Amino acid sequence: MAVRSTKFINRNKHEGEDVFISSPLKSIRKSWGETMTIMTEAKRKNKRTIPGFGLTMGFTLLYLTIIVLIPLSMVFLNTFSMGFQEFWVTITEPRVVASYKLSFMTALTAAFVNAVFGVLIAWVLTRYEFPGKRIIDGLVDLPFALPTAVAGITLTTLYSPNGWIGQFFSFKIAFTPAGIIIALIFIGLPFVVRMVQPVLENIEKGMEEASASLGANRMQTFIKIIFPELIPAILTGFALSFARALGEYGSVVFIAGNMPFKTEISPLIIMTKLEQYDYEGATAVAAVMLVITFLILFTINVLQWWTGKRYSGK
Amino acid sequence: MEHEHSVVAKTNGPVIMTKNATKEPKSIQWILISIVLLFLTLFLVVPLIAIFVKAFEKGADAYLAAIAHPDSLAAIKLTLIVVLITVPLNAVFGVVAAWTITKYDFKGKNFLITLIDLPFSVSPVIAGLIFVLLFGLHGALGTVLQSLGLKVIFSIPGIVIASIFITFPFIARELIPLMQSQGTSEEEASLTLGAGGFKTFWYVTLPNIKWGLLYGVILCNARTIGEFGAVSVVSGHIRGMTNTMPLHIEILYNEYQFSAAFAVASLMSIFAIITLIIKSFIEWKTGFKSTKAS
Repeated sequence: MAVRSTKFINRNKHEGEDVFISSPLKSIRKSWGETMTIMTEAKRKNKRTIPGFGLTMGFTLLYLTIIVLIPLSMVFLNTFSMGFQEFWVTITEPRVVASYKLSFMTALTAAFVNAVFGVLIAWVLTRYEFPGKRIIDGLVDLPFALPTAVAGITLTTLYSPNGWIGQFFSFKIAFTPAGIIIALIFIGLPFVVRMVQPVLENIEKGMEEASASLGANRMQTFIKIIFPELIPAILTGFALSFARALGEYGSVVFIAGNMPFKTEISPLIIMTKLEQYDYEGATAVAAVMLVITFLILFTINVLQWWTGKRYSGK
Repeated sequence: MEHEHSVVAKTNGPVIMTKNATKEPKSIQWILISIVLLFLTLFLVVPLIAIFVKAFEKGADAYLAAIAHPDSLAAIKLTLIVVLITVPLNAVFGVVAAWTITKYDFKGKNFLITLIDLPFSVSPVIAGLIFVLLFGLHGALGTVLQSLGLKVIFSIPGIVIASIFITFPFIARELIPLMQSQGTSEEEASLTLGAGGFKTFWYVTLPNIKWGLLYGVILCNARTIGEFGAVSVVSGHIRGMTNTMPLHIEILYNEYQFSAAFAVASLMSIFAIITLIIKSFIEWKTGFKSTKAS
């Protein structure tokens, strides 16, 4: 059974590669493609022959509404009942504004570091052979599997002034914005790697060969041929990593030191307000963060639409 | 692909030359590999080692005592209860949602996928907050729940529902691309041969997606065990009652019981390593690899 599912994935992969096939083959493939389109058209008409649409769609929407939509809408309902004046005063409090700035800057820096190293890691894992490669490949997902609180206490211990790593630095890392960035790099590490890896695996070798035979060196081939193919994946990974870093709490609270105006991130502001039973204040800050999150999600969707268009449009 | 390689080789001279043209010199390869290994050692390997070193700093007896402490055992038990409710519910949802999205055509499909993905990008603290706003004492349903004598926030149901929210997309997200690549022809064949909808799902679809499902389940499992922010908001930190393992670690750490904190942390790290091993095993067995970072 396992073999069967692999077979299907592989077949799908080859169909994706058709785009790059050389011209005489292309025309054959093209008419094959047309036949396939007609067949899918015919199939589409019959698609509702699979029973259970109402039941499964109903269950999906019901579960989605109860677990996600109604609870999330509470943030906006409560914000609307607040009155604009009060809302504005809460979200522009200097301490809150300082936390937005800190969260934004640290998340951006971490996502940028992860984008650069993510491409490098994906490149080394897909193109080169070295001992222990499989273990390293598996280990890249550690930040997804390791609880954030565990990451938090471990990184704090390592980067505190007398920790294994912190002792080698003349300046403080833990309990400063630098520490927050370290934690966010850890949390977001796999995103760009896992987005870029499949694209690199599927890049047609022929394009690189053509580039080389036309006299380009490796660096030129990478910049002009390979990198443009990777851009959508890098940007999507960057956006996912950035969104995750903006909202991250578990790993950051330990290493940040949580000093107002200096190392207090926005999620912590929400937490503090909740602990003081200031539900309205917490909700207002959450509403701002949610709007930013939705903007990032929207960007990711546009990027994926762009990716889809690029690959099918060739 | 094979055709093209031979064409290039014939027109451009020896095959060896073509091969070198698409590879970097050995020296550059080793520099890049070294940078990657150094980066990953610093960020992943050293922390992983540190957890176990710190856990055993005061010896094996202290380690076992920290784990066998009643509060630790209560935290482990609560975490297991949360996992046993959360993961099956999200597995059922994941399969049904992926089936709906991949087996039928309807308008707004991409929008539905975006909605399912939503919890991935919501801050865990906000995930906790929304359930306080809904079920808390001053929340929308607070008075109703109170008159019924039900307690959700600062109690186990709150922890469970926050965990369900956080891990909501995990399984659906793994299954959708897999089921999309498999198409609907096998199901159609089964239906033509006279099987009913449920029979078709059970004997045709489920065997096809079982590895993808397991993949999603272990990822969902890992996140549920480790969820901190959302659970922290709704739990109320009642020791021995509403403390999950990550919250227990926080308390121990804040009380300067570092070895005990790392002992419980090491237990969770073993879970994480097992998760990664099962994940790599499934990838190796099926060639299936998550394209969507979760």
